[in-house]
Amino acid sequence: MTTAEPTRMGFFTDTSVCIGCKACEVACKEWNDVPTDGLDFLATSYDNTGALGADTWRHVAFLERPPVPAAGEGEAAQDSGIRWLMSSDVCKHCTHAACLDVCPTGALFRTEFETVVVQQDICNGCGYCVPACPFGVIDQRKGDGRVWKCTLCYDRLRSDMVPACAQACPTASIQFGPLDELRARAAGRLELVKEAGVPGAHLYGADETDGVGGFGAFFLLLDRPEVYGLPPDPVVTTRDLPAMWRSAGAAALAVVGAVAAAFLGGGRRR
Amino acid sequence: MAECHPVGFQWVMEAKARGARVIHVDPRFTRTSALADTFVAIRAGSDIAFLGAIVNHILTNGREFREYVEAYTNAATIIDERFHDTEDLDGLFSGWDAGKHAYDPQSWQYAGMATGPAAAHQEDSPQGEAHGYGARLKAGNPPETDPTLEHPRCVYQILKRHFARYTPELVEEVCGVPRERFVEVAEALCDNSGRERTAAICYAVGWTQHSTGVQYIRTAAIIQLLLGNVGRPGGGILALRGHASIQGSTDIPTLYNILPGYLPMPHADAHPTLADYLAAVCAPAGFWGHADAFVVSLLKAWFGDAATTENDFCYDHLPFITGDHSTYRTMLDMADGKVQGFFVMGENPAVGSANGRLQRFAMAELDWLVVRDLVEIETATFWKDGPEIDSGELRTAGIGTEVFFLPAAAHTEKDGTFTNTQRMLQWHHKAVEPEGDRRSDLWFSFHLGRIIREKLAAAGEARDRAVLDLAWDYPLLGHHHEPSADAVLREINGVDGDGRTLSGFMDLKADGSTACGCWIYSGCYADGVNQTARRKPGREQSWVAPEWGWAWPANRRLLYNRASADPAGNPWSERKKYVWWDAGARRWTGHDVPDFVADMAPDYVPPDGATAEHALRGDSPFIMQTDGRGWLFVPSGLVDGPLPAHYEPHESPVTNPLYGQGTNPARLTQPHRLNPDNGPGGRYPFVMTTYRLTEHHTAGGMSRFLSHLAELQPEMFCEVSPELAAERGLENGGWATIHSSRATIEARVLVTGRVAALTVQGRTLHQVGLPYHWGWKGLSTGDAANDLFGLALDPNVHIQEDKAATCDIRPGRRPRP
Amino acid sequence: MTSVDDPRPGPGVPPPATTQDGNAPSNRWAGGGGGRKGRGDGPTASYYGRPVLKAPVWKHYIPLYFFTGGLAGASSTLALAAQMAGNDRLARSARLASLAGTAASGPLLIADLGRPGRFANMLRVAKPTSPMSMGTWLLTAFAPSAIAAGASDLTGLLPRLGRLCGAAAGVLGPGMTTYTAVLVSDTAIPAWHDAHRQLPFVFAGSSAAAAGGVAMACTPAASARPARRLALVGACLELGASRMMEQRLGQAGEPYRSGEAARLVKAAKMSTTAGAVLALAAGRRRLAAVPAGVLLAAGSLLTRLAVFRAGFESAADPGATVGPQRRRRRWSDGLPGRPEDTSS
Repeated sequence: MTTAEPTRMGFFTDTSVCIGCKACEVACKEWNDVPTDGLDFLATSYDNTGALGADTWRHVAFLERPPVPAAGEGEAAQDSGIRWLMSSDVCKHCTHAACLDVCPTGALFRTEFETVVVQQDICNGCGYCVPACPFGVIDQRKGDGRVWKCTLCYDRLRSDMVPACAQACPTASIQFGPLDELRARAAGRLELVKEAGVPGAHLYGADETDGVGGFGAFFLLLDRPEVYGLPPDPVVTTRDLPAMWRSAGAAALAVVGAVAAAFLGGGRRR
Repeated sequence: MAECHPVGFQWVMEAKARGARVIHVDPRFTRTSALADTFVAIRAGSDIAFLGAIVNHILTNGREFREYVEAYTNAATIIDERFHDTEDLDGLFSGWDAGKHAYDPQSWQYAGMATGPAAAHQEDSPQGEAHGYGARLKAGNPPETDPTLEHPRCVYQILKRHFARYTPELVEEVCGVPRERFVEVAEALCDNSGRERTAAICYAVGWTQHSTGVQYIRTAAIIQLLLGNVGRPGGGILALRGHASIQGSTDIPTLYNILPGYLPMPHADAHPTLADYLAAVCAPAGFWGHADAFVVSLLKAWFGDAATTENDFCYDHLPFITGDHSTYRTMLDMADGKVQGFFVMGENPAVGSANGRLQRFAMAELDWLVVRDLVEIETATFWKDGPEIDSGELRTAGIGTEVFFLPAAAHTEKDGTFTNTQRMLQWHHKAVEPEGDRRSDLWFSFHLGRIIREKLAAAGEARDRAVLDLAWDYPLLGHHHEPSADAVLREINGVDGDGRTLSGFMDLKADGSTACGCWIYSGCYADGVNQTARRKPGREQSWVAPEWGWAWPANRRLLYNRASADPAGNPWSERKKYVWWDAGARRWTGHDVPDFVADMAPDYVPPDGATAEHALRGDSPFIMQTDGRGWLFVPSGLVDGPLPAHYEPHESPVTNPLYGQGTNPARLTQPHRLNPDNGPGGRYPFVMTTYRLTEHHTAGGMSRFLSHLAELQPEMFCEVSPELAAERGLENGGWATIHSSRATIEARVLVTGRVAALTVQGRTLHQVGLPYHWGWKGLSTGDAANDLFGLALDPNVHIQEDKAATCDIRPGRRPRP
Repeated sequence: MTSVDDPRPGPGVPPPATTQDGNAPSNRWAGGGGGRKGRGDGPTASYYGRPVLKAPVWKHYIPLYFFTGGLAGASSTLALAAQMAGNDRLARSARLASLAGTAASGPLLIADLGRPGRFANMLRVAKPTSPMSMGTWLLTAFAPSAIAAGASDLTGLLPRLGRLCGAAAGVLGPGMTTYTAVLVSDTAIPAWHDAHRQLPFVFAGSSAAAAGGVAMACTPAASARPARRLALVGACLELGASRMMEQRLGQAGEPYRSGEAARLVKAAKMSTTAGAVLALAAGRRRLAAVPAGVLLAAGSLLTRLAVFRAGFESAADPGATVGPQRRRRRWSDGLPGRPEDTSS
């Protein structure tokens, strides 16, 4: 157990060094006893997992993309006519987490590491968090009724261990640690990647001013987020909640008004 | 490497992060290619043309590391005047005897140095791994050399002439690699070699599983020797082996033709006595000069007190070979009813061996079959649910084989070592007791032997002495009576007459006073400490990290590292210093255990009559060779040529533009009713190649039965280019059948730009990619790619050619009977 | 396309094998990328056409609850007003309608849970950021009130308590009609979220139309006039707010314009309009009031089903999520791939 004040912990997933080995997927399933998500040949490159869900908490995406001509060079260094981008997706553990905001039972809570975790003994499967997540991460498990997602290995963190996926990743594509350290490291890594001639490289989720207040698990991507299946500009739905209540209040008043108006000029009958 | 060695690949990524350039050459764009700086698509089966062109590029442009080549290779050695090259004989070397289907290597020898009888072989059993002996060096040099490298018959000039037609244009024509791309790779390799820089070549079975597989490696060796990359940090040729401990299974071999430590298996005709054998095996120069000590110590380890000087240390008890007993030869004999019984332990030939139908038909002819594995693999149940049962070609009731399936313990349930691709032994500790009937291979082998010995003991037959004389007495632990793996490792390390562990193979004696199970492993238990169990973290030691595990030989992490210093004993450069001569202390020193006689001065010249390592010069780093040099030209030891030549695979849709002899004349084609050829003509117009995926392991026994792995790649699939898909009407996600003369299999289709349509000899050439992991059992099932391949074997090591053959592909599923 | 119990596509269905630009499957580039030929409008790239969001796991119990809860809420308010106006016949009809609606609501919500036995966990917290939490407490206060009011009216027992409960239900009623709109809007699904300004009015109008229609059908014509008026006002609000919602939604409103949700929208509008016209023209006669009420109630239910269905279609379309977000982000962040870039 940590004796010092826990700091915010998270993931930096550097997709520029991902080799698509899926050790993260396997390690996560092994540690967390996550069931199989189906033996389906999807014919989508080497991705037969498809997406994150109740039974997939790390998902490696594979994109076969055309080469990006390097700035100033006549011919791309990798003249194979292809780039194969690989990226291990995970729950973002948002600073402003919609799933947590909408959970009516308090099953979803924020841990001392500022990660977002579902308490499985409380969740009653109302499913509200499922459409609330702007990334489509959390989902209900078939045959179980409750919702499941990445816990950032909360049990391992409480024993001063590293999450299973980060432990297993052979190239340190998945890095775990205090979030501010990861962000500093990522900024440096991004500069190196861009200098090496990847103009599309950028950090996804490292900006605290974005629509979810920055991610607890952020990424270095080599292309636009949407080609990886990620929303380009996610916003926590709760941001608009005050406006929603105001509209609802006005509409409720309209009902009162309509009922009152229905009785104007009599309506009194016996 | 990223596909098959993802954990090891982290070091490539580390190197890349430090500025290394990674070049990947492969028929497909794989996960390795995705992280490489340069990818080169190549036609499967044409690598010798590519590599040979690099040799030509080096020699034509004078890019070799001249001082290294002059001092450390046999470039200056003059070859026998009877030698003729493939350039002279349109694809043959001198000495080809078509009747015997073999080369006589006499004309390949060094001028003035005759080879000994060890290289001679019986009619039907060419022997690989032989060493040319009866040679006599003069002052550590072969009798005829030209240090200026000008003599027309010196190795250097022979090399130049041999590869003269391996041009960038040839590469484009034969390999499908654009000439500019080839030159870019050749230049990158040359630019990054020399005093200040080194380059490494890593390969795996994409190079070895060809009918010219050994010559692929030879060509790479020539390149690395010319560039001065052997025995130097960051250089070398790394063979990436395919199992956790397959290096160990050749070191302490499960191969028929070698004894532990790469000693050859004695041949019944050539080596009837121990003296004959030692005469053939002991080299006059180099460390093989001590082979007698290695052999006698091995016999003492195996036969203990029963092995005495009087009975030649029980030499007669060894299982002499009489010919080719390799796995495919044995399966062919098995199919002809000549083999009674078969142990299959941790292998799945019904899926994992080439020509799967042959394997299954063969096993149907056995009297008995014992299968040991973690799960009930296809080999264990072929007789009731194999494809031949489905098709009706075999009936269960008609198969007389009695099959036993015994569950095996996993590596977590037993002690032992893995020897990895780096020659490093790492001990693994038992974590849990195996449950139920699961037992380790050590337990099985030991107790099987024990029970057999008990049954034989009473009969008193002379022929049973081979089994009864074995020293079979390990301590037994726990309620399973598990033999102590620790005791086995001690025995492998070697002990003296008092039972003390030896510190290395130089402690071995030929007089029977030492016992050692494997001379190259001697030292792994030095000082009574299990060196293989050491786990000092890397950050607490030097960058060589010698205190993690133990590497053979003698914990040297880099072989032939004397070559990292110049002939005077000084490092070639400060940047690449590794080991060097300490003139003050009169010893070799450095970052690693020097791979040299520790106190042999760089200027040492062997006197007449010197033997073994002392017959080599102080500036000859290649201490296992009889002349201490790296062999650009191999005078003896290989059965298909002293130099590599581009030959087409046994099955190829293109003809060889270089030679009339288009294929390797010495390859083993294994004609048999169950091994038909695709034959000439355009019926099978596409190249097919097999490979692995990260998610599965070999024949699938360790992955197809586990949901976490099976779901990652759940079905057998083939990879085809968009152009081939369009030509044949294949749809991404649909089905295809792939045909050869051996079998028809079905697979899902993955259409991908990562498989390129190449232009070879002016025509478009398509390749079909086939992962070979699937069989009909487990959570993830599918047809076996190996069913498509026939047997065309490399003649040196009898490995199958399943990296390049021909096929046809059509849309749709295979018909059901 | 879907079963009643699981409106989402089955798990084993892989996404279409077409690539990003809709070409034949044997196109070289597999994976992301977009370009003008992509699915949806503008540069809407995706990962193999896969949805970005997860479809809701809610079953059809939920839109049914929207209907029954809205009906109950508006009916309670109608009942309270009727009682205050001395219109006992109307008050009774409305109270019974509220009772029926409330009685159905609880079981519908509980049945939809993944772990129905744990429904009481809803009362562990009261969370303002969760419309479902707020709604649960609202329902917890409303339901016993509505049931007590209705039961008291039916049995004649405890009339004063019944009237008190009726007053409480009547005050909470309007909340019951609109909070469900906030619930669906407070998700990431564009067809729901982006409609958050108008949807409460749609639901409010829909509830009023249903309450008025049901009361109209169940009350003697002499006492039913306020119900008829409420029904007409509600129908106008429902239709008007729906139209405004569909017009104000850009790409996010696509499901309301084409597809199965659009068909439900059309059916809802036809039913509501028919019911309103019938009520207006001949609602004074009971013979017309009953079918008019049924049509209005059916229209209200169909509206909820349409909105529900639209959410699923919106979630399934990656372009609906990506398009507006990408336009928001513009190209200033220097990422490759501009609207005119068709090579990616």
